[in-house]
Parts: sequence; structure tokens; C-alpha cells
Amino acid sequence: MISEKTASLPVYKPKDFASDQDVRWCPGCGDYAALTAVRKALASLNHRKEDYVFVSGIGCAARFPYYMSTYGVHSIHGRGLSVATGIKLANPSLQLCVVSGDGDLLSIGGNHTIHTLRRNIDLTILLMNNKIYGLTKGQYSPTSEVGKVTASTPMGSLDFPLNPLALAVSTGCTFIARSIDVDMKGFDAIYKRAMNHRGTSLVEVYQDCNIFNHQAWFYASQKDTRPDNTITLEQGQPLIFGTDRDKGIRMNGCSPEVVKLGEKYTEADLIVHDETNRSLAFMYSQMAYPEFPEPMGVLYCEPNKPTYDSLVHDQMNEAINTQGSGDLQKLLMGNETWTID
Amino acid sequence: MNNGSTGQMVDRTSLDSVVIRFCGDSGDGVQLAGGQFTDTAAHFGNDFATFPDYPAEIRAPRGTTFGVSGFQVQFSSLDIYTPGEAVDAMVAMNPAGFKVNIDDITPGGIVIVNEDEFTKGNLAKCGYVDDYNPLDDEALTTRFTLIRVPMNRLTRESAEGTEEGVKVVDRCRNMFALGIVYWLYDRPLDATVRFLENTFTKGKGKPEIAKLNIDALKAGYFFGETAEFPSQFRIPPAKQSPGTYRRINGNEATVLGLITAAQKAGKEITYASYPITPASNILHGFSKQKNFGIKTFQAEDEISAICAAIGASFAGDIGVTGTSGPGLALKSEALGLAVMFELPLIVVNVQRAGPATGMPTKTEQADLFQALFGRPGESPCIVLAPGDPGDCFDMAIEAVRLAIRHMSPVVLLTDAYIGNGAEPWRVPNVDDIEPIEVSHPTADSYAEGEFMSYARDENTLARPWALPGTPGLEHRMGSLEKDANTGEVSYDPMNHEIMVRARAEKVARAVDTIPDIKIAGAETGDVLVLGWGSTRGTITTVVDSLQKSGRSISSAHLRYLNPMPANLEQVLKGFKTIIIPEINLGQLSMLIRSKFLIDTVSINMIRGRPMSVKELTENIEEVMDR
Ligand code: SF4
Repeated sequence: MISEKTASLPVYKPKDFASDQDVRWCPGCGDYAALTAVRKALASLNHRKEDYVFVSGIGCAARFPYYMSTYGVHSIHGRGLSVATGIKLANPSLQLCVVSGDGDLLSIGGNHTIHTLRRNIDLTILLMNNKIYGLTKGQYSPTSEVGKVTASTPMGSLDFPLNPLALAVSTGCTFIARSIDVDMKGFDAIYKRAMNHRGTSLVEVYQDCNIFNHQAWFYASQKDTRPDNTITLEQGQPLIFGTDRDKGIRMNGCSPEVVKLGEKYTEADLIVHDETNRSLAFMYSQMAYPEFPEPMGVLYCEPNKPTYDSLVHDQMNEAINTQGSGDLQKLLMGNETWTID
Repeated sequence: MNNGSTGQMVDRTSLDSVVIRFCGDSGDGVQLAGGQFTDTAAHFGNDFATFPDYPAEIRAPRGTTFGVSGFQVQFSSLDIYTPGEAVDAMVAMNPAGFKVNIDDITPGGIVIVNEDEFTKGNLAKCGYVDDYNPLDDEALTTRFTLIRVPMNRLTRESAEGTEEGVKVVDRCRNMFALGIVYWLYDRPLDATVRFLENTFTKGKGKPEIAKLNIDALKAGYFFGETAEFPSQFRIPPAKQSPGTYRRINGNEATVLGLITAAQKAGKEITYASYPITPASNILHGFSKQKNFGIKTFQAEDEISAICAAIGASFAGDIGVTGTSGPGLALKSEALGLAVMFELPLIVVNVQRAGPATGMPTKTEQADLFQALFGRPGESPCIVLAPGDPGDCFDMAIEAVRLAIRHMSPVVLLTDAYIGNGAEPWRVPNVDDIEPIEVSHPTADSYAEGEFMSYARDENTLARPWALPGTPGLEHRMGSLEKDANTGEVSYDPMNHEIMVRARAEKVARAVDTIPDIKIAGAETGDVLVLGWGSTRGTITTVVDSLQKSGRSISSAHLRYLNPMPANLEQVLKGFKTIIIPEINLGQLSMLIRSKFLIDTVSINMIRGRPMSVKELTENIEEVMDR
């Protein structure tokens, strides 16, 4: 049946995935880039439009489903992943993508994020990380750096930030990636892989909130800063970065170290990216500006772990196979009955 | 069973009804013994009602009063509606059980104790100090027929020659006690013997454990013959309408009702829940029935559970979540989302005593307002409440029917008492149960005209249940207010009012297919006792007996709390006084007053226990004699 459907897959254009709703993000918001890129990516993926469901919680990014012409759910604060879980359990043939922000997914919805990642439900999470609460007008978020001066923290925020990728590694997430709103080519490749991955994919997107937290990602997003402060991971390739591609990361004992290439070290001394290595993934998640370039691309991919939704259905089918499909009258009778004539 | 009877002459007294309570430590197996006694009574043809009463702690320190577990059953040759109050016979497996329960025994009642457990140490643990042993207290022993049984010793003797350790043998004491009670009420042992063989020999492959239990049971029975009971008692079978019966508690009936409804609707169920007393065994119940197309999801919290159920409904399953009061509070925002989404969703609330953690294993009816109003904004839900364990089956089906018919969340309010309490249930023929109509539009449904996700059916006001995966009907569900037709986001002031009123009207329209409320007794008179939920048994018992004593009194029971039956106002107006007994501070009473401007008299008992027949009778008489 699936092959029949694929065979007759219509030819889509990005605009086929645009709803008729006006997009209401602030001009210059990084969410626009993601929206454009997602519409474009879907046009080249192998699914029918009616099989996509975009789900979100609350926040600026969470308006995303309204702007897609697919099925969509804009739920309540923090709960997008739970709604998506229910959708996937009821109908595993649907393609789920949850789009929400750092406040929604890591603060109020943090619990659901942890448990979704560990269950490995087949869905893709786009974590639009702008390190701020946008929709409520600029309070610090769980990814804001310490000392952040905002409306709610005039003397600077005090709590240490959460590292979403480290969380993903520790909860057993099977596809972990990072991108940035200014690199839509990179995003396109990552997003397609994430959507095609069977299991939970977490894609963190560095997103500029140019109203309340403009420049938060400047160290990673500008022409002159990006080459030195980010590093693009490529499977099987050594970790090289820098404007002149003259820097690399090598292992010094158990810790990564930035080295200059050409004199003491050559490419052969560098770490070679292996996206199947969870320890490396954790190491990447710890590499942070300014000490390290921040990794972009697919940090980790484990394609063969069974997904929760498929296991649930396997169990249901096993019950049907071993017990036969339910006999309602027998069920109502239970184990012990007596008869009155 | 009379095999091996000594032939010695025993008096046999015939009784209409008997109330027995088994009690002891929560590890003493009294729930199992009580359940077995009930099954045997059921097979014998008695009517019955049970009341298991356990502590919140799984294994409280042994021998303490707060670790006492109890199981009460009334069985009868008449129709009965409650597990009874004045206890005719008690089996106390330890001094703590004795202490907690002795005040409920009728004077002259039978008290069977395991005297081996009345040691100095155990007596002290439950607060009997200074060498006081209640078994030697004449004030007590003359009030009851006290039968002292060295159960530890006799159970061990019954196991002579076994290879099993003494711990394993001691675990059969409950069967020894049960054997005594079987003799006392002249009951056959075969149903329990069969149960033990099924459980241990067939189920667990441990025939030696089955044998130990059966030997203890028989030893107890023979002990009964030799003990100095004043008489053996007989309770003849009740007259029940013909049919096949089983024992059922409310939580089981809820599961069966929901599965039946799903089958009748041709749907699968996603049951998403977070474990909570006293609703957890609904989750357990569903987990065992996966071959009926049941998916169970033990979520990380209450909120995730209801949101997953909402997602499942959106995708075309019947989304169900179950909880108790504290869990319903956590779900309230999401329940409002289901109101906004206008999707079918079933929320089962097995109420318990609150607020906060309250008394988790004890019953209460104080979540009525929470179910009706406990959400932000104008957020109407359909609210139903079964009146007894078997009624949970019928109302669960009603919940699904109305949820689908009106595309609305439905809260099913049961409680710890009917959730865990069991009664005989006549098993319906599935062919007699009406199918539930479901329709999902396709693009063809809109060959003329345009699909609009909030266009309403003119009768039911339901919006179309268009499922993801359907080509051409792609739409977005949102928690933001929606345009009354297109379903797109709308901040238009008048549109909001239209939507608020439409959501309310839609729930109100459910009245079109709900049955009228029935009156038990005359249709007019001095007093109408109006109840809802699990007080039905108590109210029926009380009103029956007051009617027999010649009082002008009737009763009516509300199973539909929102909307209420169409004839309710008319019914209320037929009586001079409306009395509303509730296990809360008068929530239904307040509703009736505000809805109909009819005065009511509230009778409230909020003790975590089912309402007392005796007290309710007294309270009603007092009102009537004013
Ligand atoms: S407030 Fe920030 S995140 Fe929100 S739409 Fe505007 S720019 Fe984007």
C-alpha cells in the first residue's frame, strides 16, 4: 500500500506547503528561515502532504504549524511532544514534526522532552533556540547565559543554562544535530535526514530573536565569526575549521584540544568524525564558545534502535496473534460466571 | 460441603442478610479471602456488595493500626445496594485489626480472632499496653461471641510434612480463617479450591503451594465444626432475574464499558495514564486487553497522559485518560484544550478524598465542581456519574457515545467506593448493545462547497472529525480562539462570543439523547431524595425502608450531571422538600439551587467512607419531622 502511495506521489513545490495564513513573526526573525527551509525540504521528501502533522507548544516558534498547509496542532505550553506522541501512537504512518522554542521544550515542557527522547518515538523535534522568551516579551530562558539582563532579571540571571544536546545524548536520543538560521543549506541536509530517521530526532537550531536577544548568536552567525567559532561535522572527515581551514581538533588524553595545522600537527592527528559514537557526541555537546568552535551538523545517529510507536504496535499485534482478535462477549463474561435460570 | 462431617447436631439459623468483615495486616491476605468469600456467595446465588478498605501504605509497619486492611461484604437473600454497616461477623487476623474494627461489630456479633498474634509485643504495637489483652476483657467478651483460634499453630499443623518453610505456610492463615467462615455460613469450598488450583498449580506451576492453601482451608472448615459457635447460619439465594452473572467492580466495569463502546464504534482506544490510586487498575485492566486494539501509554505525568489522549483522538482513536482528583487538577489546562479542539476525549476520574494528597485510598464526591468548572475560561464538558459498579459499564458506553456525537470531552466521575467495590452484574449480550455511529469526512464529502474545520452539524453542533492522512482536508488545530467556520485563528470580539456560546450550546444539546431521570416511588410527595454517583446504594436502601414505614418519600438519581436530564426541573417541582445527600459539602445542592431556584436540604458526610444507611435514615427522618 505504501509503495502504491509513493508511486503516485505528486510533484510538490515548496509553496504547496504554505498555508494561506499571514506569517506574523517580527521582520528579521530567524524563524522565517526555518519555515522557508522546511517547506522546501518537504517538497523533496517522499511523503504525501496529508501525511505530515506539524505540532507545537506555545511561543513564537510554536506558531509554525499555522503557516504550513499540512495537518497541524498548535497545543498548549510545553505539551507539543505529548500531543505528538498520542498522534503517532494512534496512527504510526503519519510523519510528525514538533517545532517549538527553548522555553517551551526545555522549561515548561522539559519533562516531556526527556521522556520523548528516551522512548525514541518516531518524530522530529526542531528546537528553535533563541536563548530568550520572545512571546512574553523578553525574559531569560533556560538556555540563557548566566548574568543575562532581562525584564525579569534586571541584575542579571543567576541560574546556569541547560545544554540541550548534552541532554539528548544522556537520554538516549537516536539522532542529534545542530544547525543555525543563517546556514539554510546545512539545515536542509540535516532536516531531511532528521525526517527520514526512524526514531526521535532532535535538531537544535540557533535562532536569532532580533527583538529581544539580537546578537546572541553573532559569534556563530556572522561571515567573519562563523568559520572560527563553528565547525561543520562530516562523517568520516577530520575535524577542521577556521577561515583558512588551518585549525583542527585533536584528542589530548581524554580531552579535545584546538590545534594549528601545518607545523606540529597534521590532519592525521585530528579526531575523525564518527556519528555512531555516543562518547564523541557527548564531547561535541560540551565544546562551547569561546574555548572551542561549536559543532554543527549531525553529532550522532543511531538508525536501528526500535521506536516506541512500533514496539507498541508490535505488542498489540502479538496480543492479537497469540490470543486472537478480541471476543467481546467472552471478555464481558470474565473468568467466573454463574447462571440464574 | 458435608464430606467427612462428624454428624454432630448443629443448630442452623436462617438469615436474610449478613455482613462480614475480614481484617488484618495489609500483608495478611484479607482482600483475597474476602474476594473468595464473595465469589462463593455469588455462585450460591446471593446478592452481594463489597467494600475493600486498604491503607495507602503498601506494607505499613507490621501490626500497627494504620497498616490495617479490611474487606467487608454483605451477602443476602434479598436485593441489597450497600456493603452494610453493622458488622455481624468479623475475622481479625491480628490485634491491630481487632482494635480498629471492633466498634463496628453489632452487639452479640461473632468475632473470630487469631489468638496466636495477640502476643505482648503485638498488643503493644497497636497501643494495647500494661499487659492489657482485649481478649481477656470481660466487657468485650461478654458483648460478642468471641471465638479464639490459634491460627498460626493450626495452620502449621495442617501443613505437616511439607518441605516448604514456615513463612510460606504462615501465608496460608487467610485460607484457614476463610475455612472457618465457610463452615459458619454453610458454604461449599469447591469454588475456592478451584481458584487455588488455577492460581498456583496452573498459573504459577506450584502445586505444592496450592495444596498447602487447600489443606489450610479444609482444616479451617473442620475446625469450624468443633468450635463453639452458637449456630451455623444459612442465607438462602436471592431472587435474581435470569441470566449469566459475574462479580464486577467499578474500575473493571469502566474498562469493559470503554472497550465495548470502542468495538461498537469500530475504533481503537489509546489509553494514556499516569499511575494514581485508586485509578491505576484501570490502566492495568486496559493493558491486558491489547488484542482488542488497545494501546496503553504509561506517560511521564498526568499532563502528558491527557495530551497524548488528545493527540490520539485527533488522529482517529478514542483517546482515554484515567486519573483521580489530584491528577484531574493537573490535566485541567489540557482538558480545556480538548474543549477548544472539540475532539472526543474520555477522562475518567475515580474520585478520592482530597484536597491535595488527602486520603488516597478513601472515597469522596468532592470533584463535581472541578469536573464542571475547574478550567480556565468558559470551558464546558459533558459530565457523567455512574451510581454503582455495574453502572460504570453503561455510563462508560454513554461517555463514548456522547463524546463522538458532540465532538466533546466527557468526564466520567466514579469514586474509590464504586471503583473498588464489587457487586453481581448480569452480563449483557453484546448484540443487544447499540452500535455507535462515527463518520470521518473525506474530500469527496465536500464535492460541493468547501471543507471548514469548525462548520457544525445543525443538530448536534459537532464539527467534522477529519483525520490527518485524509487528502484534501489538511487543517490546523489550535489552542488560540478560532473563526467560527474556517477554524483559523481569530481575535474578532464577536467571533469569540459566538464560539463561547457555541461550545456551551453544543454540550447543552447532549440533552436531546439522554434519558429522563427516573423516580423511585411516587411522582409527587413530601420529600424527594436526589443523589448522584456512588451514594445510590445507600439512598435506595434508606428510601425503600422509609417508604415501607409509610413515609411520603421518593428518590431519584442523577447519572448525567452536565447536561442534566430534560425532565429534572419538573420532577423536583413535584415535591415539597428536596434532600440532597452528598459526600462533599453540598456541591450538587448548590447547582440545583442556582439552576432551578429550588431550595434544597443538604446532608453531608465527608469521612472517606460510603455514606451510612443508619445516619442518613436518621438525618432524613429529622428533616421530615421538623
Ligand atoms: S520576538 Fe523574537 S523570536 Fe519572537 S517573532 Fe519576534 S524576533 Fe522572532
